[in-house]
Amino acid sequence: MKKTYKIDVDCANCANKMEEAANRTPGVAKAVVNFMTLKMVVEFENGQDPKTVMPQVLKNCKKVEDDCEIFL
Amino acid sequence: MNKKQKRMLIRILIAGALMIVLSLLPVEGALRFVLFLIPYLVIGSDILRKAWKGILNRQVFDENFLMAVATVGAMALGEYTEGVAVMLFYQIGELFQSYAVGRSRRNISQLMDIRPDYANVEGEDGLEQVDPDEVEPGTVIVVQTGEKIPIDGVVVEGQASLNTSALTGESLPREVSAGDEVISGCINMTGVLRVRTTREFGESTVSKILELVENSSSRKSRSEQFISRFAHYYTPIVCYSALALAILPPLVLLLMGQGPDWGTWIYRALTFLVISCPCALVISIPLSFFAGIGGASRAGVLVKGSNYLEAMSQVRCIVFDKTGTLTKGVFQVVGVHHNRMEEQQLLEYAALAERYSSHPISRSLREACKMPLDAARVSQVEEIGGHGVTALVDGHTVAVGNAKLMQKLGIQPVDCHSVGTVVHVAVDGAYEGHILISDVPKPTSAQAIRELKRSGVQKTVMLTGDAAPVANQVAQELGVDEVYSELLPADKVEQVEALLTRKSDREKLAFVGDGINDAPVLARADVGVAMGALGSDAAIEAADIVLMDDDPMKLVTAIRISRKCMRIVTENIVFALAVKLVCLLLGAVGIANMWVAIFADVGVMVLAVLNAIRALRVPD
Repeated sequence: MKKTYKIDVDCANCANKMEEAANRTPGVAKAVVNFMTLKMVVEFENGQDPKTVMPQVLKNCKKVEDDCEIFL
Repeated sequence: MNKKQKRMLIRILIAGALMIVLSLLPVEGALRFVLFLIPYLVIGSDILRKAWKGILNRQVFDENFLMAVATVGAMALGEYTEGVAVMLFYQIGELFQSYAVGRSRRNISQLMDIRPDYANVEGEDGLEQVDPDEVEPGTVIVVQTGEKIPIDGVVVEGQASLNTSALTGESLPREVSAGDEVISGCINMTGVLRVRTTREFGESTVSKILELVENSSSRKSRSEQFISRFAHYYTPIVCYSALALAILPPLVLLLMGQGPDWGTWIYRALTFLVISCPCALVISIPLSFFAGIGGASRAGVLVKGSNYLEAMSQVRCIVFDKTGTLTKGVFQVVGVHHNRMEEQQLLEYAALAERYSSHPISRSLREACKMPLDAARVSQVEEIGGHGVTALVDGHTVAVGNAKLMQKLGIQPVDCHSVGTVVHVAVDGAYEGHILISDVPKPTSAQAIRELKRSGVQKTVMLTGDAAPVANQVAQELGVDEVYSELLPADKVEQVEALLTRKSDREKLAFVGDGINDAPVLARADVGVAMGALGSDAAIEAADIVLMDDDPMKLVTAIRISRKCMRIVTENIVFALAVKLVCLLLGAVGIANMWVAIFADVGVMVLAVLNAIRALRVPD
């Protein structure tokens, strides 16, 4: 399953870091952050509920980049 | 500017003013330090906070950390002005970057501003504006002058000129009237149209295009991947080098029995840190691609990802499908030969005789005739399957058909030496000549092939299911290098695969088709280009690059855009790395001071961003 989220982040490098962090989160098959359109496309692993995975993704992103936001 | 940016601007102004005033004040010692701490904290508090949080989260090596260490170090060394200045210019750079990115983001979304906000549906009391999402297929909607067509459909009433430039980049208006299909996203410039919708909004052309463009930069190019990997290793390396620069030379000096001169070396290490910030690269590369893709969509070239833009710039071999791509895909009368009567007269007889036939050949005869065909002039029409038609026209018996028909009627036809479908005409039992009908190349095809060659495409190949003589003639006319004819759709895939194995990895192969039953080939090629894809879902799905109209010159545009974009990307990578490297070296040996370092960081970034925005302009 694939879902797109709107995000807010200030710099391109921070967006890269968010992408890395999201990809490290369990339950995420693949995450792609698009800094230019301020969107994050997350592909979830089979049987994973985005509602439980996404808060974790947000937490991990906050860890690497304090100033980011994902609008869930 | 948004709120965040305005607040930053105010902080920059306050800190800048304070810094200038303080540097003029004749205060010394601890008081000077305390006074300079005010602008330092005004401008840098958030950086310090982020750096601290980064350390807590074990994310040590980021720009915030670099800046915090460099400026704290400068303050500790007593270089108060420089400490504040570094922070100040860093923030100015960040502000500029966020402003520039915001601007181009807005610019590009404006280019793509084709999303219709409402649809007019006729309700009980006049027109009602509703959300296009709520309109069911089959509903009749009204499109007034100046409005966008919100949903794909068929005109049921009215006449108008449509501006399709938002979709195709083509400025020539398109005339539509009842019975014509219309595509969402076009702007109605003149009349009022009543349109019966044929799709849901989500399935309409405009939604498909928006979806495609919005998701485009999710597919990252190799350059972008390189930069993110680069940044990943680069920052720690620079940090350790800086540490080494601060510690090793003084130790060596100590061992050699000289003064260690800690201050100088730490200052140099800090300069090193400021120079090293990778922002210029990390921001400008994706920005270049984004601008390139935005500029391309304005020109009617939709690119599905920056990786395809990159691949397009390396295309050395282009494989074309013939029918509908290089040729118009419709049959046209191209000549009348061996005729004794006037050409127009012969065409008129043929068209009248074929007046009731639905065969594509008959249609092209009628089109070539260009005059109203009066049914009263034709009688006793007899269609002979596989042969042709005989009819009584203006009192003459007219036979129109192939050589078999002529032989059947005992008339000796004259063979045609040109390639195409030949229609023989006999009037009152006497041979009157033949009409040559064939698929004609698009007017710009030959020019497009020439331009492609000129822009560095080494090989052009044409694939077709047509017979060899037809294929060879078209290929020769257009200047295509290689032709493979009489291919079934599956053979086309094989042919492309064979071509793929024959080239090196760095040279890319593009396949250009009209999207009708060549989806497998589109998918197999390095870059699949679908042409004239307006309204064809299958093509939009399968292709990597979609040309919105069917002009082969758009392919040239696409290649030029991709080349320009890649040139900008390379320029930025080389320029940023070169300046940084030189400054790092100069910094290490003590020639470059903190001010040079600030230029190497902020200045390079500003220049790289400005350069990246150039990708938005489409080369002619």
